[in-house]
Amino acid sequence: MGEYFTLIIGAILVHNFVLSRILGICPFLGVSKKLSTALGMGGAVIFVMTLSGAATSLVNHLLLRGHGLEYLRTIVFILVIAALVQIVEVLLQRFSKPLYKALGIYLPLITTNCAVLGSAIICANDDYGIMKSTVFCGASGVGFALALLLFASVREKLELARVPKCLEGAAIALLTASILAMAFSGFAGLG
Amino acid sequence: MYPVLLLTILGVLLALAIGLVVRYFDAPEDAQGDAVRSLMPGANCGGCGFAGCNDYASALLRGEAKPGACHAMSAENLEKLCRLLGVAQEAVGEPLVAVVCCSGDDNHAVHRAFYNGVNDCLNAVLVAGGAKGCSYGCLGLGSCARVCPFGAIEIRPDHIAKIHPNLCRGCGKCVSICPRKVIKLVPRSVPVMVYCSSPNKFAMKKQFCSAACIGCRKCQKASGEDKIFINGFLASVNTEDPPDASIVEVCPAKCLRTICPPTAEAAESVQK
Repeated sequence: MGEYFTLIIGAILVHNFVLSRILGICPFLGVSKKLSTALGMGGAVIFVMTLSGAATSLVNHLLLRGHGLEYLRTIVFILVIAALVQIVEVLLQRFSKPLYKALGIYLPLITTNCAVLGSAIICANDDYGIMKSTVFCGASGVGFALALLLFASVREKLELARVPKCLEGAAIALLTASILAMAFSGFAGLG
Repeated sequence: MYPVLLLTILGVLLALAIGLVVRYFDAPEDAQGDAVRSLMPGANCGGCGFAGCNDYASALLRGEAKPGACHAMSAENLEKLCRLLGVAQEAVGEPLVAVVCCSGDDNHAVHRAFYNGVNDCLNAVLVAGGAKGCSYGCLGLGSCARVCPFGAIEIRPDHIAKIHPNLCRGCGKCVSICPRKVIKLVPRSVPVMVYCSSPNKFAMKKQFCSAACIGCRKCQKASGEDKIFINGFLASVNTEDPPDASIVEVCPAKCLRTICPPTAEAAESVQK
């Protein structure tokens, strides 16, 4: 139990995917202008990461490891994740209209996101079991969503602030992200 | 060999899985949405203010748009749409038609220069405002015809645009693209229009065009003050309270003409 606890805390706070591993920066900057879209994206990332964590570790254990095919990891993982998200999207559209509307466009967007692939590869590198990788990937998704939501709420406030002209737009967003990352580095002592 | 085989099999299996899932679990059909979309004219002209027919249909379904916004829809489809959405038909505005308010073809209007550039009005006005002498005249190079989603605008060989009212759906694309601003949108109930847009003095107009409105006020006297307005030396029809079609006979310059009404046969072919 204690092992899982440190794993989750580590994935969410200490080694946060966006702010300390610098993965998934594209959606972090792209969909953080409004809190509502950030919420949708965060939900979609948690969902896809958990599923892909389970699926890729299964594939890794059954097909790749022990057959000397570890070098095929990247391509096989991308293939599996992309197919998985496609299938899940169709199923969601059929069986859960509200969830599909909430995650909507974000689902296909993150099929080939580096954070999703990154979490799967970290699990494979560290040789986690299937259960452990699922938990780790889910927690990583939560960490991503947390960072995204924090950043989006800061940016919504920034809209109202008077920003120097030379720093408007992307510049102030990147500065804010760096300060947020510094704040998260304070968690380093935890893990 | 083994890794290639593995990847191939994996790819085929996953593709098969996606195909099967789509085949058996695809989203149920959206009956009302399909019905609304099938009533759209499909011209994607953007006259309604949305990014094409599909966008307008979704806005209608969300209740963010009104059925009357589409000028291109036939009356029959509009009625069906109102019934489908449960909206009263009274909310719908009167259909419009575009009119090129100029009579200056090559037989009447003088060119003050020989324009040999790109065959497009937007380009022609860049060169000292275009070749036609009258700066309010139709250049007749067809910017409007190219932008018309319904093919309703004909460029006559004598360089003037002619809008066929039976094909025109009043979307207003030509109005916004015309660099000389000679195209106007008027309600279909208006029977006549003044085919001249120049407010200049008579002498100045006659220098460039023999078909211009000479501002003689004959039409105003014949129809009454509030049916025809005179601005400067240009008569214009009051589109809210238009005169009868018979008024055209009094015009000595022959620039007050009827907007040819669509024949029943032509109107039928449009609706198809």
